[in-house]
Amino acid sequence: MSDKIFEAGIVPGRLPTEAYGTQFADLHAPLDAHEALVAADRCYFCYDAPCITACPTDIDIPLFIRQIATGTPDAAAKTILTQNILGGMCARVCPTETLCEEACVREAAEGKPVLIGQLQRYATDHLQAQGKHPFTRAASTGKSVGVVGAGPAGLSAAHRLAMLGHDVVIYDARAKPGGLNEYGIAAYKTVDGFAQAEVDWLMQIGGIEFRHNTALGREITLDGLKEQHDAVFLGMGLGGVNALGAPGDDKQGVAHAVDFIAELRQSSDLSSLPIGRDVVVIGGGMTAVDAAVQAKLLGALNVTLVYRRGRDRMNASVFEQDLAASKGVRIVTHAVPREVHGNGSVREIEFEYVDDQMQPTGETLRLPADQVFRAIGQTLTGDGLPDLDGRKIKVDAMGRTSVERVWAGGDCAAGGEDLTVTAVAEGRDAAMDMHKVLST
Amino acid sequence: MADLTSNFIGIKSPNPFWLASAPPTDKEYNVRRAFEAGWGGVVWKTLGLDPHIVNVNGPRYGAIYGADRRLLGLNNIELITDRPLQTNLDEIKVVKRDYPDRAMIVSLMVPCEEEPWKMILPLVEETGADGVELNFGCPHGMSERGMGSAVGQVPEYIEMVTRWVKANTRMPVIVKLTPNITDVRKPAAAALSGGADAVSLINTINSITSVDLDLFAPEPTIDGKGAHGGYCGPAVKPIAMNMVAEIARDADLRGLPISGIGGITTWRDAAEFLALGAGNVQVCTAAMTYGFKIVQEMISGLSEYLDEKDITLDDLVGRAVPNVTDWNQLNLNYVAKAKIDQDLCISCGRCFAACEDTSHQAIAMSEDRTFTVIDEECVACNLCVNVCPVEDCIDMVPMQAGATDPRTGKVVQPTYANWTTHPNNPSAKAAE
Repeated sequence: MSDKIFEAGIVPGRLPTEAYGTQFADLHAPLDAHEALVAADRCYFCYDAPCITACPTDIDIPLFIRQIATGTPDAAAKTILTQNILGGMCARVCPTETLCEEACVREAAEGKPVLIGQLQRYATDHLQAQGKHPFTRAASTGKSVGVVGAGPAGLSAAHRLAMLGHDVVIYDARAKPGGLNEYGIAAYKTVDGFAQAEVDWLMQIGGIEFRHNTALGREITLDGLKEQHDAVFLGMGLGGVNALGAPGDDKQGVAHAVDFIAELRQSSDLSSLPIGRDVVVIGGGMTAVDAAVQAKLLGALNVTLVYRRGRDRMNASVFEQDLAASKGVRIVTHAVPREVHGNGSVREIEFEYVDDQMQPTGETLRLPADQVFRAIGQTLTGDGLPDLDGRKIKVDAMGRTSVERVWAGGDCAAGGEDLTVTAVAEGRDAAMDMHKVLST
Repeated sequence: MADLTSNFIGIKSPNPFWLASAPPTDKEYNVRRAFEAGWGGVVWKTLGLDPHIVNVNGPRYGAIYGADRRLLGLNNIELITDRPLQTNLDEIKVVKRDYPDRAMIVSLMVPCEEEPWKMILPLVEETGADGVELNFGCPHGMSERGMGSAVGQVPEYIEMVTRWVKANTRMPVIVKLTPNITDVRKPAAAALSGGADAVSLINTINSITSVDLDLFAPEPTIDGKGAHGGYCGPAVKPIAMNMVAEIARDADLRGLPISGIGGITTWRDAAEFLALGAGNVQVCTAAMTYGFKIVQEMISGLSEYLDEKDITLDDLVGRAVPNVTDWNQLNLNYVAKAKIDQDLCISCGRCFAACEDTSHQAIAMSEDRTFTVIDEECVACNLCVNVCPVEDCIDMVPMQAGATDPRTGKVVQPTYANWTTHPNNPSAKAAE
């Protein structure tokens, strides 16, 4: 045990140096060839399979599993990637327990679904490890498309457009492509630099140019893009983060969970990454769980995840909640932050319990905290955007916005869950519609 | 515990489970382990004349797998014993001496002449063995030399050799039959007329289990080539059971004792063979897959079953034979319909795909994936039952006499009527 484990404040190196590798190892070890065959053999090859319906990208799951079972994992990968070019990442980060695996008839039959996510990873890894790219680019159409955001939606749209023969330029505010795949997902879900490797693999299609450190509203404008390109796809995600709305929110030690996760993902030495002894994460979604679990893995002694409603209302799946609990994260529900206490730096955070209708009960809870992460939602930022529907860009079924020749998808567009896989589907479908428009 | 003591053609064993003549019974060491594990008897791996034969020095087996590499079928190109005759005889003698309560049968294969049989039989008798089994079934290697299945495929040879053997020994004689023929009753009849005390079947089936798609050679591959082998294991059980039943229910062969062989892996498999008329069973592939200990499950399982049914081992033997009949004796007035238990259904839709694509379009699928049988179309073919992954989810429910079959519009008759009297049968005899 490291002597830094009990040290107060936000300090690096709470764990022995060699511990970090184990702490942040792959959440699910990849299936080996035999495990994949055994897992694949459990698929019933359902008629009009419910898992396909449950997949936002409509991957033909029974077909790819049968291709694995018959010893052709590369064919399986092509089946997957045809529908979902980021099938490798989705295999890692999809909440399969609420998507395909929840719909699996074996889940209904025996509570043990076919391991669809892990099989998908087996197939896509098998292909990508060989550096093979199974798609080829069509003859150039001479059309140019600007894509804003190199996250799942933008990459999906860009790949499909490039494959159809269009020239694509992707603009991204960050230094590296990948969006949330690179900056916003727990490290143990995508180890060994997979996000960048996947982008590199995707770019093999050709015809895609990547311009980093180029943000909409900063270096570029929508009007400018419309002038330069025949069509524009907006997939920049949600750049803003919500504030706590409680006094003391600005004290030192209070930070955004997304920034913590991004910093952790970009860190080349986790033992140098400081973390509090008593960490409180506020929120109930995937970001909250990713932050809480990783805080614990970095060596925080006490990590508490506080959510304002009941567990059943949490956006994080039961699997994610259980994962957090198994790592030692305490989950407190029905509590809202009232005040951040501390002299300059946070020392304590005070919550008030609320009932199911969010009505205050007068009962309070004070948690020691030297670090607080807000994970209470992200918001769309920027001016000069197409019309909004609520707080996101309004789109129709094809992803068309209110502005001519401008499409949008992913988290920044209204409709659909804020999932990687949903973003991929929206990017792909918008690309198909753009292609149709550009071809006429 | 039901009494499993077996008496097969006068050969007693503590249970009806024998190890078949095969690699597991090639040596004293193996057979002692088998007897320690509880096997009722063994058929010692086939002896031949010196100089002893040789085996290939590459792979001898090929396999067919089910899920999780479950061995479903094995193919082998091993020949009869590749050790000197005297070595085997000496070992048989000491093992029999040490396990007098177990059945010790010796499998034999010598050329198709009387002299070699006259020579080898006294040597076997001298070991104290309880009987001999004539290997007329081995389908590879030995058959090329005019032995094994080359004999078993010619009923006249079977009869001739069996007669020689009976004339030259006091030991009971079991004739092991090859399935690589068209009608197994013919070689069985030949064995019977030659004086055989029993037949055992089936030996292995000519087979190529797989082809190496890189080498373009059958497996097992010996230096780039492969030869057909003998197929055995769970996959051959249905073929073996039919052949056993064909002999058991044949009027001319009735009463000919049968030692059942072919893919027996569990007590249940054994019970099925016994019910079809086998007096005992022989096992090989299951032991080769899981080791000798499986006999303990066979003993406990068969014993429990007999206790539950409150019948003896002898009661079980042949109990299903009267119910094995020809197609033309099946009751055409029997009408059933598939029925899906909606509480058990997991909505996989396999029944729908099977019926819609390949059968009678007799299953309806609703928007919410509820699958129901359309009685107007259902011919009760059973395919939905067979492809359903959930046990007992789909049942074939007989229609009561007097009800109208919505498919044909005809009233279900209470009487029995088969094809022989059916109006569509050109050679039907009108019921007088």
